[in-house]
Amino acid sequence: MRLGREEVLRIAILARLGLSEVEVDRFKDQLSHILESFEILQQVDTTSVPPTTHPITLENVLRSDEVADSLPQNMVLANAPRKDGDFFKVRAVLGNT
Amino acid sequence: MSVILDPTRLTIHKAHELLKTGQVSSVELTRACLERIQQVEPKVSALVTITDKLALSQAEQADRLIASGDSSPLTGIPVIIKDNMCTRGVRTTCSSRMLEDFVPPYDATVVEKLNDARTVIVGKANMDEFAMGSSTENSALFPTHNPWNLEHVPGGSSGGSAVAVAASEAIYALGSDTGGSIRQPAGFCSVTGMKPTYGRVSRYGLVAFASSLDQIGPLTRDVTDCALVLNTIAGYDPRDSTSVPHPVPDYTRCLTSELNGIRIGVPKEYFVEGMQAEVSAAIRAAVSKLEDLGARADWEVSLPHTSYALAAYYVIAPSEASANLARYDGVKYGFSYSDTDNMWEALEKTRQYGFGPEVKRRIMLGTYALSAGYYDAWYLKAQKVRTLIRREFDQAFEKFDALVTPTSPTVPFRIGDKAEDPLQMYLSDVCTLPINIAGLPAISIPAGFTGGLPIGMQIIGKPFSEETILKIAYAFEQATDWHKQKPNI
Repeated sequence: MRLGREEVLRIAILARLGLSEVEVDRFKDQLSHILESFEILQQVDTTSVPPTTHPITLENVLRSDEVADSLPQNMVLANAPRKDGDFFKVRAVLGNT
Repeated sequence: MSVILDPTRLTIHKAHELLKTGQVSSVELTRACLERIQQVEPKVSALVTITDKLALSQAEQADRLIASGDSSPLTGIPVIIKDNMCTRGVRTTCSSRMLEDFVPPYDATVVEKLNDARTVIVGKANMDEFAMGSSTENSALFPTHNPWNLEHVPGGSSGGSAVAVAASEAIYALGSDTGGSIRQPAGFCSVTGMKPTYGRVSRYGLVAFASSLDQIGPLTRDVTDCALVLNTIAGYDPRDSTSVPHPVPDYTRCLTSELNGIRIGVPKEYFVEGMQAEVSAAIRAAVSKLEDLGARADWEVSLPHTSYALAAYYVIAPSEASANLARYDGVKYGFSYSDTDNMWEALEKTRQYGFGPEVKRRIMLGTYALSAGYYDAWYLKAQKVRTLIRREFDQAFEKFDALVTPTSPTVPFRIGDKAEDPLQMYLSDVCTLPINIAGLPAISIPAGFTGGLPIGMQIIGKPFSEETILKIAYAFEQATDWHKQKPNI
Protein backbone atom coordinates (compact mmCIF):
# COMPACT_ATOMS: atom_id res chain seq x y z
CA MET A 1 0.00 0.00 0.00
CA ARG A 2 1.84 3.09 -1.25
CA LEU A 3 0.52 6.36 0.06
CA GLY A 4 0.64 9.41 -2.18
CA ARG A 5 1.08 12.99 -1.09
CA GLU A 6 -2.64 13.68 -1.39
CA GLU A 7 -3.45 10.70 0.82
CA VAL A 8 -1.03 11.89 3.52
CA LEU A 9 -2.60 15.36 3.45
CA ARG A 10 -6.09 13.84 3.66
CA ILE A 11 -5.12 11.82 6.75
CA ALA A 12 -3.50 14.90 8.32
CA ILE A 13 -6.77 16.83 7.89
CA LEU A 14 -8.74 13.99 9.49
CA ALA A 15 -6.24 13.92 12.37
CA ARG A 16 -6.28 17.74 12.70
CA LEU A 17 -2.52 17.61 12.47
CA GLY A 18 -0.57 20.34 10.76
CA LEU A 19 2.43 18.97 8.84
CA SER A 20 5.43 20.71 7.30
CA GLU A 21 6.41 19.93 3.70
CA VAL A 22 9.32 17.84 4.99
CA GLU A 23 6.97 15.84 7.23
CA VAL A 24 4.55 15.18 4.38
CA ASP A 25 7.38 13.68 2.32
CA ARG A 26 8.79 11.72 5.25
CA PHE A 27 5.42 10.28 6.29
CA LYS A 28 4.61 9.38 2.68
CA ASP A 29 7.64 7.09 2.61
CA GLN A 30 7.60 5.85 6.21
CA LEU A 31 3.88 5.09 6.40
CA SER A 32 3.99 3.37 3.00
CA HIS A 33 6.88 1.20 4.16
CA ILE A 34 5.12 0.31 7.42
CA LEU A 35 1.77 -0.44 5.74
CA GLU A 36 3.44 -2.57 3.06
CA SER A 37 5.03 -4.76 5.68
CA PHE A 38 1.70 -5.02 7.54
CA GLU A 39 -0.11 -6.34 4.47
CA ILE A 40 0.68 -9.83 5.79
CA LEU A 41 -2.44 -9.37 7.91
CA GLN A 42 -4.48 -9.90 4.75
CA GLN A 43 -3.05 -13.45 4.51
CA VAL A 44 -4.84 -14.53 7.69
CA ASP A 45 -8.14 -16.28 7.20
CA THR A 46 -10.53 -14.51 9.55
CA THR A 47 -13.75 -15.84 8.07
CA SER A 48 -16.32 -16.06 10.88
CA VAL A 49 -13.78 -14.81 13.45
CA PRO A 50 -15.30 -12.10 15.66
CA PRO A 51 -13.14 -9.04 16.43
CA THR A 52 -11.73 -8.52 19.93
CA THR A 53 -12.16 -4.98 21.13
CA HIS A 54 -11.07 -5.69 24.67
CA PRO A 55 -8.85 -8.41 26.09
CA ILE A 56 -11.20 -9.11 28.97
CA THR A 57 -14.92 -9.69 29.00
CA LEU A 58 -16.42 -6.37 29.91
CA GLU A 59 -19.73 -5.88 31.63
CA ASN A 60 -21.71 -2.71 31.89
CA VAL A 61 -20.55 -0.74 34.89
CA LEU A 62 -23.24 1.25 36.64
CA ARG A 63 -22.89 3.46 39.66
CA SER A 64 -25.60 4.62 41.97
CA ASP A 65 -27.10 7.96 41.01
CA GLU A 66 -25.66 9.99 43.82
CA VAL A 67 -24.42 13.55 43.67
CA ALA A 68 -20.75 13.80 44.54
CA ASP A 69 -18.19 16.56 44.51
CA SER A 70 -16.41 17.29 41.27
CA LEU A 71 -13.13 19.12 40.86
CA PRO A 72 -13.46 22.77 41.86
CA GLN A 73 -13.70 25.16 38.93
CA ASN A 74 -10.44 26.94 39.72
CA MET A 75 -8.52 23.65 39.65
CA VAL A 76 -10.07 22.63 36.35
CA LEU A 77 -9.11 25.99 34.86
CA ALA A 78 -5.65 26.06 36.41
CA ASN A 79 -4.00 24.41 33.38
CA ALA A 80 -5.97 26.30 30.73
CA PRO A 81 -3.70 28.12 28.26
CA ARG A 82 -6.35 30.87 27.79
CA LYS A 83 -9.19 31.69 30.12
CA ASP A 84 -11.63 34.50 30.77
CA GLY A 85 -13.02 34.61 34.29
CA ASP A 86 -14.65 31.24 34.93
CA PHE A 87 -14.45 30.13 31.29
CA PHE A 88 -12.05 28.44 28.90
CA LYS A 89 -11.33 30.95 26.16
CA VAL A 90 -11.46 29.60 22.62
CA ARG A 91 -10.90 31.20 19.25
CA ALA A 92 -13.92 32.23 17.23
CA VAL A 93 -15.48 29.16 15.65
CA LEU A 94 -17.71 30.99 13.17
CA GLY A 95 -15.43 33.49 11.46
CA ASN A 96 -12.82 35.72 13.06
CA THR A 97 -13.85 38.46 15.44
CA MET B 1 21.18 4.71 62.96
CA SER B 2 24.58 3.28 62.27
CA VAL B 3 24.00 1.38 59.06
CA ILE B 4 26.09 2.65 56.16
CA LEU B 5 23.46 3.24 53.53
CA ASP B 6 24.04 1.81 50.12
CA PRO B 7 20.89 2.31 48.06
CA THR B 8 22.49 0.23 45.29
CA ARG B 9 21.93 -2.90 47.36
CA LEU B 10 18.72 -2.35 49.27
CA THR B 11 15.53 -4.08 48.26
CA ILE B 12 12.13 -3.03 49.55
CA HIS B 13 11.97 -5.99 51.94
CA LYS B 14 15.46 -5.35 53.29
CA ALA B 15 14.83 -1.60 53.67
CA HIS B 16 11.53 -2.37 55.43
CA GLU B 17 13.38 -4.52 57.98
CA LEU B 18 15.93 -1.76 58.59
CA LEU B 19 13.17 0.83 59.01
CA LYS B 20 11.11 -1.34 61.31
CA THR B 21 14.04 -2.18 63.57
CA GLY B 22 15.13 1.44 63.71
CA GLN B 23 18.49 0.82 62.04
CA VAL B 24 17.73 3.48 59.50
CA SER B 25 15.13 6.21 59.08
CA SER B 26 13.11 6.99 55.98
CA VAL B 27 14.65 10.46 55.93
CA GLU B 28 18.14 8.90 55.81
CA LEU B 29 17.05 6.47 53.11
CA THR B 30 15.49 9.29 51.10
CA ARG B 31 18.58 11.50 51.47
CA ALA B 32 20.76 8.59 50.29
CA CYS B 33 18.63 8.24 47.14
CA LEU B 34 18.61 12.01 46.52
CA GLU B 35 22.41 12.07 46.84
CA ARG B 36 22.67 9.13 44.47
CA ILE B 37 20.42 11.01 42.02
CA GLN B 38 22.78 14.00 42.15
CA GLN B 39 25.69 11.66 41.50
CA VAL B 40 24.39 9.58 38.57
CA GLU B 41 21.74 11.76 36.94
CA PRO B 42 24.31 13.75 34.88
CA LYS B 43 25.27 10.41 33.29
CA VAL B 44 21.95 8.61 32.83
CA SER B 45 19.30 11.40 32.56
CA ALA B 46 16.52 9.16 33.85
CA LEU B 47 14.41 11.80 35.58
CA VAL B 48 12.18 14.59 34.33
CA THR B 49 11.42 15.97 37.79
CA ILE B 50 13.14 15.46 41.15
CA THR B 51 10.64 15.93 43.98
CA ASP B 52 13.15 16.37 46.78
CA LYS B 53 11.06 18.64 49.05
CA LEU B 54 7.97 16.45 48.70
CA ALA B 55 10.09 13.35 49.31
CA LEU B 56 11.64 14.66 52.51
CA SER B 57 8.28 15.73 53.92
CA GLN B 58 6.77 12.34 53.02
CA ALA B 59 9.79 10.65 54.63
CA GLU B 60 9.28 12.59 57.87
CA GLN B 61 5.62 11.52 57.93
CA ALA B 62 6.65 7.93 57.23
CA ASP B 63 9.13 7.99 60.10
CA ARG B 64 6.39 9.13 62.46
CA LEU B 65 4.15 6.32 61.27
CA ILE B 66 6.90 3.71 61.60
CA ALA B 67 7.65 4.96 65.13
CA SER B 68 3.99 4.42 66.00
CA GLY B 69 4.34 0.79 64.87
CA ASP B 70 1.79 1.11 62.09
CA SER B 71 3.73 0.68 58.85
CA SER B 72 3.21 -1.36 55.69
CA PRO B 73 5.99 -2.86 53.53
CA LEU B 74 6.23 0.24 51.30
CA THR B 75 6.13 2.81 54.12
CA GLY B 76 9.07 5.17 53.92
CA ILE B 77 10.59 3.51 50.83
CA PRO B 78 11.70 5.82 47.97
CA VAL B 79 9.99 5.27 44.61
CA ILE B 80 10.15 6.90 41.17
CA ILE B 81 6.99 7.18 39.06
CA LYS B 82 6.87 7.17 35.27
CA ASP B 83 5.89 10.64 34.14
CA ASN B 84 2.60 9.55 32.57
CA MET B 85 0.89 8.94 35.91
CA CYS B 86 -0.88 11.94 37.38
CA THR B 87 0.64 13.30 40.57
CA ARG B 88 -1.39 16.03 42.23
CA GLY B 89 0.57 19.28 42.31
CA VAL B 90 3.62 17.71 40.61
CA ARG B 91 3.94 18.31 36.88
CA THR B 92 3.24 15.32 34.68
CA THR B 93 4.79 15.81 31.25
CA CYS B 94 4.57 12.46 29.45
CA SER B 95 7.98 13.67 28.19
CA SER B 96 6.08 15.76 25.66
CA ARG B 97 6.13 19.45 24.77
CA MET B 98 2.35 19.11 24.76
CA LEU B 99 2.23 18.56 28.54
CA GLU B 100 5.49 20.23 29.57
CA ASP B 101 3.73 22.56 32.04
CA PHE B 102 0.79 20.33 33.01
CA VAL B 103 0.20 20.07 36.76
CA PRO B 104 -2.56 17.52 37.48
CA PRO B 105 -5.25 18.49 39.99
CA TYR B 106 -5.57 14.87 41.15
CA ASP B 107 -3.56 11.72 41.78
CA ALA B 108 -3.73 8.57 39.67
CA THR B 109 -5.23 5.68 41.66
CA VAL B 110 -1.83 3.93 41.87
CA VAL B 111 -0.27 7.11 43.25
CA GLU B 112 -3.11 7.42 45.75
CA LYS B 113 -2.47 3.82 46.84
CA LEU B 114 1.26 4.48 47.24
CA ASN B 115 0.48 7.64 49.22
CA ASP B 116 -1.91 5.66 51.44
CA ALA B 117 0.97 3.24 52.08
CA ARG B 118 3.11 6.30 53.01
CA THR B 119 5.72 5.60 50.38
CA VAL B 120 8.18 8.36 49.40
CA ILE B 121 8.09 9.77 45.86
CA VAL B 122 11.54 11.07 44.91
CA GLY B 123 10.91 11.83 41.25
CA LYS B 124 9.15 11.37 37.94
CA ALA B 125 10.86 9.26 35.28
CA ASN B 126 11.67 10.09 31.67
CA MET B 127 9.92 8.05 28.97
CA ASP B 128 9.24 7.88 25.27
CA GLU B 129 6.76 10.65 24.49
CA PHE B 130 3.24 9.51 25.45
CA ALA B 131 4.78 6.04 26.02
CA MET B 132 5.35 5.55 22.29
CA GLY B 133 8.71 3.94 21.68
CA SER B 134 11.17 1.24 22.61
CA SER B 135 14.27 3.17 23.57
CA THR B 136 13.38 6.40 25.47
CA GLU B 137 15.02 8.26 22.58
CA ASN B 138 11.57 9.58 21.66
CA SER B 139 11.35 11.72 24.80
CA ALA B 140 10.83 15.30 23.65
CA LEU B 141 12.97 16.40 26.61
CA PHE B 142 16.20 14.33 26.42
CA PRO B 143 17.27 10.71 25.86
CA THR B 144 18.00 8.42 28.82
CA HIS B 145 21.19 6.32 28.91
CA ASN B 146 21.61 2.68 29.89
CA PRO B 147 23.67 2.44 33.11
CA TRP B 148 25.34 -0.77 31.88
CA ASN B 149 26.77 1.16 28.93
CA LEU B 150 25.96 4.83 28.56
CA GLU B 151 26.18 4.71 24.77
CA HIS B 152 23.28 2.25 24.63
CA VAL B 153 19.53 2.78 25.04
CA PRO B 154 17.78 1.72 28.25
CA GLY B 155 14.78 0.43 26.30
CA GLY B 156 11.39 2.03 26.40
CA SER B 157 9.01 3.46 26.98
CA SER B 158 9.56 3.09 30.76
CA GLY B 159 13.31 3.60 30.21
CA GLY B 160 13.62 6.23 32.94
CA SER B 161 11.86 4.00 35.47
CA ALA B 162 14.06 0.99 34.65
CA VAL B 163 17.24 3.08 34.84
CA ALA B 164 16.10 4.65 38.12
CA VAL B 165 16.05 1.16 39.67
CA ALA B 166 19.18 -0.19 37.93
CA ALA B 167 21.22 2.93 38.75
CA SER B 168 19.81 3.02 42.32
CA GLU B 169 18.12 6.40 42.18
CA ALA B 170 15.23 4.82 44.08
CA ILE B 171 14.48 1.39 45.53
CA TYR B 172 11.68 0.70 43.03
CA ALA B 173 9.67 2.37 40.29
CA LEU B 174 6.34 2.26 38.50
CA GLY B 175 6.10 1.94 34.74
CA SER B 176 3.36 1.39 32.19
CA ASP B 177 3.28 -1.31 29.53
CA THR B 178 1.32 -1.05 26.27
CA GLY B 179 3.41 -3.35 24.09
CA GLY B 180 6.32 -4.24 26.35
CA SER B 181 7.14 -0.88 27.88
CA ILE B 182 7.85 -2.28 31.34
CA ARG B 183 9.33 -5.66 30.39
CA GLN B 184 11.59 -4.56 27.53
CA PRO B 185 13.43 -1.82 29.52
CA ALA B 186 13.52 -4.16 32.54
CA GLY B 187 15.29 -6.71 30.32
CA PHE B 188 17.63 -4.06 28.88
CA CYS B 189 18.57 -2.76 32.36
CA SER B 190 18.63 -6.11 34.25
CA VAL B 191 15.82 -5.40 36.69
CA THR B 192 12.52 -7.15 37.37
CA GLY B 193 9.51 -5.72 35.55
CA MET B 194 5.94 -6.98 35.49
CA LYS B 195 2.93 -6.24 33.34
CA PRO B 196 -0.07 -7.49 35.32
CA THR B 197 -3.21 -8.88 33.68
CA TYR B 198 -5.24 -6.19 31.91
CA GLY B 199 -7.73 -4.88 34.48
CA ARG B 200 -5.70 -5.96 37.52
CA VAL B 201 -4.32 -2.47 38.23
CA SER B 202 -6.41 0.68 37.81
CA ARG B 203 -5.56 2.92 34.85
CA TYR B 204 -7.36 5.92 36.36
CA GLY B 205 -4.97 8.87 36.13
CA LEU B 206 -2.64 7.13 33.67
CA VAL B 207 -2.36 9.35 30.59
CA ALA B 208 -4.00 7.14 27.98
CA PHE B 209 -2.05 5.81 24.99
CA ALA B 210 -3.93 2.69 23.83
CA SER B 211 -6.68 2.01 26.33
CA SER B 212 -7.27 -1.69 25.60
CA LEU B 213 -3.55 -2.46 25.96
CA ASP B 214 -2.14 -0.12 28.66
CA GLN B 215 -1.37 -1.53 32.09
CA ILE B 216 0.63 -0.13 35.04
CA GLY B 217 3.17 -2.35 36.80
CA PRO B 218 6.26 -2.48 39.05
CA LEU B 219 9.98 -2.28 38.23
CA THR B 220 12.01 -3.67 41.12
CA ARG B 221 15.34 -5.17 42.21
CA ASP B 222 13.93 -8.63 42.84
CA VAL B 223 10.80 -10.76 42.58
CA THR B 224 9.82 -10.37 46.24
CA ASP B 225 9.74 -6.59 45.78
CA CYS B 226 7.64 -7.03 42.64
CA ALA B 227 5.09 -9.02 44.66
CA LEU B 228 5.08 -6.40 47.44
CA VAL B 229 4.41 -3.54 45.01
CA LEU B 230 1.71 -5.53 43.22
CA ASN B 231 0.05 -6.21 46.60
CA THR B 232 -0.28 -2.46 47.04
CA ILE B 233 -1.30 -1.25 43.57
CA ALA B 234 -3.60 -4.10 42.41
CA GLY B 235 -7.33 -4.11 42.95
CA TYR B 236 -10.72 -2.91 41.78
CA ASP B 237 -11.24 0.79 41.18
CA PRO B 238 -14.74 2.07 40.48
CA ARG B 239 -13.20 5.04 38.64
CA ASP B 240 -11.78 2.69 35.95
CA SER B 241 -14.60 0.87 34.15
CA THR B 242 -12.15 -1.75 32.84
CA SER B 243 -10.88 -2.57 36.32
CA VAL B 244 -11.75 -6.10 37.48
CA PRO B 245 -13.38 -6.77 40.87
CA HIS B 246 -11.34 -9.88 41.71
CA PRO B 247 -9.91 -10.05 45.24
CA VAL B 248 -6.18 -9.35 45.53
CA PRO B 249 -4.20 -12.25 47.01
CA ASP B 250 -1.01 -11.75 49.01
CA TYR B 251 1.43 -12.23 46.14
CA THR B 252 4.37 -12.89 48.48
CA ARG B 253 2.78 -16.15 49.66
CA CYS B 254 3.41 -17.92 46.33
CA LEU B 255 7.19 -17.40 46.45
CA THR B 256 8.80 -20.83 46.89
CA SER B 257 12.07 -22.24 45.60
CA GLU B 258 10.83 -25.40 43.92
CA LEU B 259 8.79 -25.88 40.78
CA ASN B 260 7.63 -29.50 40.97
CA GLY B 261 4.56 -30.05 38.82
CA ILE B 262 4.91 -26.74 36.93
CA ARG B 263 4.46 -27.16 33.17
CA ILE B 264 6.33 -24.71 30.97
CA GLY B 265 5.99 -24.19 27.23
CA VAL B 266 8.74 -22.65 25.11
CA PRO B 267 7.09 -21.28 21.95
CA LYS B 268 9.47 -21.58 19.02
CA GLU B 269 8.05 -18.53 17.19
CA TYR B 270 9.53 -16.25 19.89
CA PHE B 271 13.04 -17.23 18.82
CA VAL B 272 12.63 -14.96 15.82
CA GLU B 273 14.82 -14.64 12.77
CA GLY B 274 17.53 -12.11 13.52
CA MET B 275 17.57 -12.91 17.22
CA GLN B 276 21.01 -12.56 18.76
CA ALA B 277 22.52 -16.03 19.29
CA GLU B 278 23.68 -15.13 22.81
CA VAL B 279 20.14 -14.12 23.78
CA SER B 280 18.68 -17.35 22.47
CA ALA B 281 21.39 -19.40 24.24
CA ALA B 282 20.86 -17.60 27.55
CA ILE B 283 17.11 -18.26 27.51
CA ARG B 284 17.60 -21.92 26.59
CA ALA B 285 20.03 -22.23 29.52
CA ALA B 286 17.50 -20.50 31.78
CA VAL B 287 14.76 -22.95 30.78
CA SER B 288 17.14 -25.83 31.57
CA LYS B 289 17.65 -24.27 34.98
CA LEU B 290 13.86 -24.20 35.48
CA GLU B 291 13.83 -27.91 34.62
CA ASP B 292 16.53 -28.49 37.25
CA LEU B 293 14.21 -26.81 39.74
CA GLY B 294 11.43 -29.28 39.01
CA ALA B 295 9.52 -27.77 36.10
CA ARG B 296 8.63 -29.83 33.04
CA ALA B 297 9.45 -27.96 29.83
CA ASP B 298 8.09 -28.58 26.35
CA TRP B 299 10.50 -27.08 23.81
CA GLU B 300 8.32 -27.74 20.75
CA VAL B 301 5.36 -25.47 21.42
CA SER B 302 4.03 -23.61 18.40
CA LEU B 303 1.92 -20.43 18.40
CA PRO B 304 1.71 -19.84 14.64
CA HIS B 305 -0.20 -16.56 14.72
CA THR B 306 2.67 -14.90 16.60
CA SER B 307 4.11 -13.75 13.29
CA TYR B 308 1.05 -11.54 12.73
CA ALA B 309 1.09 -9.98 16.20
CA LEU B 310 3.45 -7.12 15.31
CA ALA B 311 1.31 -5.95 12.40
CA ALA B 312 -1.93 -6.34 14.38
CA TYR B 313 -0.45 -4.43 17.31
CA TYR B 314 0.81 -1.56 15.16
CA VAL B 315 -2.64 -1.16 13.66
CA ILE B 316 -4.57 -1.43 16.95
CA ALA B 317 -2.32 0.65 19.23
CA PRO B 318 -2.02 3.66 16.88
CA SER B 319 -5.76 3.52 16.18
CA GLU B 320 -6.52 3.81 19.88
CA ALA B 321 -3.78 6.43 20.25
CA SER B 322 -5.22 8.57 17.46
CA ALA B 323 -8.56 8.61 19.31
CA ASN B 324 -7.05 9.20 22.77
CA LEU B 325 -4.75 11.98 21.59
CA ALA B 326 -7.61 13.85 19.93
CA ARG B 327 -8.13 15.51 23.33
CA TYR B 328 -5.00 17.65 22.90
CA ASP B 329 -6.59 20.70 21.32
CA GLY B 330 -4.77 23.48 23.14
CA VAL B 331 -7.94 24.63 24.93
CA LYS B 332 -8.28 22.83 28.24
CA TYR B 333 -4.64 22.19 29.15
CA GLY B 334 -1.26 21.72 27.57
CA PHE B 335 0.63 23.53 24.85
CA SER B 336 -1.41 25.97 22.78
CA TYR B 337 -0.30 27.66 19.56
CA SER B 338 -1.01 31.29 20.23
CA ASP B 339 -0.08 33.20 17.09
CA THR B 340 -3.47 33.09 15.38
CA ASP B 341 -7.14 33.85 15.94
CA ASN B 342 -8.24 31.15 13.50
CA MET B 343 -9.62 28.14 15.35
CA TRP B 344 -8.62 25.48 12.81
CA GLU B 345 -5.14 26.86 12.38
CA ALA B 346 -4.69 27.04 16.16
CA LEU B 347 -5.82 23.43 16.53
CA GLU B 348 -3.62 22.06 13.75
CA LYS B 349 -0.54 24.06 14.74
CA THR B 350 -0.98 23.21 18.44
CA ARG B 351 -0.75 19.55 17.45
CA GLN B 352 1.99 20.14 14.87
CA TYR B 353 4.33 21.83 17.36
CA GLY B 354 3.15 20.05 20.51
CA PHE B 355 3.70 16.45 19.35
CA GLY B 356 7.03 14.85 18.41
CA PRO B 357 7.71 12.72 15.30
CA GLU B 358 6.82 9.26 16.68
CA VAL B 359 3.54 10.50 18.16
CA LYS B 360 2.60 12.13 14.85
CA ARG B 361 3.56 8.95 12.98
CA ARG B 362 1.23 6.88 15.13
CA ILE B 363 -1.63 9.39 14.98
CA MET B 364 -1.31 9.30 11.18
CA LEU B 365 -1.15 5.49 11.09
CA GLY B 366 -4.15 5.16 13.40
CA THR B 367 -6.23 7.78 11.64
CA TYR B 368 -5.54 6.01 8.36
CA ALA B 369 -6.51 2.58 9.75
CA LEU B 370 -9.77 3.97 11.11
CA SER B 371 -10.71 6.08 8.10
CA ALA B 372 -13.64 5.37 5.79
CA GLY B 373 -12.74 2.78 3.17
CA TYR B 374 -9.81 1.35 5.15
CA TYR B 375 -11.45 0.47 8.47
CA ASP B 376 -12.44 -3.08 7.43
CA ALA B 377 -9.14 -3.88 5.76
CA TRP B 378 -6.95 -2.63 8.59
CA TYR B 379 -8.58 -2.00 11.96
CA LEU B 380 -11.29 -4.65 11.86
CA LYS B 381 -8.89 -7.18 10.34
CA ALA B 382 -6.33 -6.52 13.08
CA GLN B 383 -8.99 -6.97 15.78
CA LYS B 384 -9.97 -10.32 14.26
CA VAL B 385 -6.34 -11.43 14.19
CA ARG B 386 -6.25 -10.35 17.82
CA THR B 387 -8.99 -12.88 18.55
CA LEU B 388 -6.94 -15.64 16.90
CA ILE B 389 -3.85 -14.71 18.91
CA ARG B 390 -5.86 -14.73 22.13
CA ARG B 391 -7.41 -18.13 21.29
CA GLU B 392 -3.97 -19.57 20.59
CA PHE B 393 -2.79 -18.48 24.04
CA ASP B 394 -5.96 -19.93 25.62
CA GLN B 395 -5.23 -23.29 23.98
CA ALA B 396 -1.59 -23.22 25.11
CA PHE B 397 -2.64 -22.54 28.68
CA GLU B 398 -4.79 -25.66 28.69
CA LYS B 399 -1.47 -27.54 28.60
CA PHE B 400 0.94 -25.20 30.34
CA ASP B 401 1.09 -23.11 33.51
CA ALA B 402 3.39 -20.60 31.85
CA LEU B 403 5.22 -19.82 28.63
CA VAL B 404 8.87 -18.76 28.67
CA THR B 405 10.50 -16.59 25.99
CA PRO B 406 13.27 -14.02 25.63
CA THR B 407 12.08 -10.53 26.60
CA SER B 408 13.73 -8.97 23.53
CA PRO B 409 15.45 -10.39 20.45
CA THR B 410 18.66 -8.46 21.19
CA VAL B 411 20.57 -6.81 23.99
CA PRO B 412 20.26 -2.99 24.21
CA PHE B 413 21.24 -1.31 20.94
CA ARG B 414 23.27 1.86 20.57
CA ILE B 415 21.56 5.22 20.94
CA GLY B 416 20.71 6.45 17.44
CA ASP B 417 21.06 3.06 15.71
CA LYS B 418 17.33 2.58 15.08
CA ALA B 419 16.12 6.14 15.52
CA GLU B 420 15.61 6.74 11.79
CA ASP B 421 13.93 3.43 11.01
CA PRO B 422 10.56 3.12 12.78
CA LEU B 423 9.92 -0.43 11.58
CA GLN B 424 13.24 -1.67 12.98
CA MET B 425 12.41 0.06 16.26
CA TYR B 426 8.98 -1.62 16.34
CA LEU B 427 10.70 -5.03 16.10
CA SER B 428 12.31 -4.43 19.52
CA ASP B 429 8.97 -5.32 21.11
CA VAL B 430 8.21 -8.36 18.99
CA CYS B 431 8.41 -10.77 21.97
CA THR B 432 6.37 -8.64 24.35
CA LEU B 433 3.50 -7.12 22.40
CA PRO B 434 1.51 -10.34 21.76
CA ILE B 435 0.98 -10.46 25.52
CA ASN B 436 -0.72 -7.04 25.55
CA ILE B 437 -2.87 -8.03 22.59
CA ALA B 438 -4.18 -10.94 24.69
CA GLY B 439 -4.26 -8.98 28.00
CA LEU B 440 -2.08 -11.55 29.79
CA PRO B 441 0.29 -11.05 32.74
CA ALA B 442 4.03 -11.39 32.11
CA ILE B 443 7.25 -10.68 33.95
CA SER B 444 10.81 -10.00 32.75
CA ILE B 445 13.65 -11.03 35.04
CA PRO B 446 17.44 -10.87 34.62
CA ALA B 447 18.74 -14.01 32.87
CA GLY B 448 22.26 -13.26 31.68
CA PHE B 449 24.69 -10.87 30.03
CA THR B 450 26.63 -10.70 26.82
CA GLY B 451 29.32 -8.13 26.14
CA GLY B 452 28.44 -6.48 29.44
CA LEU B 453 24.81 -5.92 28.38
CA PRO B 454 21.80 -7.57 30.03
CA ILE B 455 19.52 -10.31 28.74
CA GLY B 456 15.95 -10.63 30.05
CA MET B 457 13.72 -13.69 30.30
CA GLN B 458 9.97 -13.28 29.92
CA ILE B 459 7.52 -15.54 31.77
CA ILE B 460 3.91 -15.31 30.54
CA GLY B 461 0.85 -16.55 32.41
CA LYS B 462 -2.85 -16.99 31.85
CA PRO B 463 -5.14 -14.13 32.95
CA PHE B 464 -4.91 -13.41 36.69
CA SER B 465 -2.17 -16.02 37.24
CA GLU B 466 0.35 -13.47 38.52
CA GLU B 467 1.07 -15.85 41.42
CA THR B 468 2.25 -18.60 39.07
CA ILE B 469 4.65 -16.41 37.11
CA LEU B 470 5.96 -14.80 40.29
CA LYS B 471 6.59 -18.28 41.72
CA ILE B 472 8.55 -19.39 38.64
CA ALA B 473 10.48 -16.10 38.54
CA TYR B 474 11.29 -16.34 42.24
CA ALA B 475 12.56 -19.92 42.02
CA PHE B 476 14.83 -18.96 39.10
CA GLU B 477 16.07 -15.88 40.92
CA GLN B 478 16.93 -17.87 44.05
CA ALA B 479 18.97 -20.32 41.95
CA THR B 480 20.91 -17.66 40.01
CA ASP B 481 22.67 -14.41 40.77
CA TRP B 482 21.98 -12.37 37.63
CA HIS B 483 19.74 -10.00 39.61
CA LYS B 484 22.55 -9.27 42.04
CA GLN B 485 24.84 -7.80 39.35
CA LYS B 486 25.04 -4.03 39.49
CA PRO B 487 26.18 -1.61 36.78
CA ASN B 488 29.48 0.09 37.49
CA ILE B 489 28.27 3.67 37.61
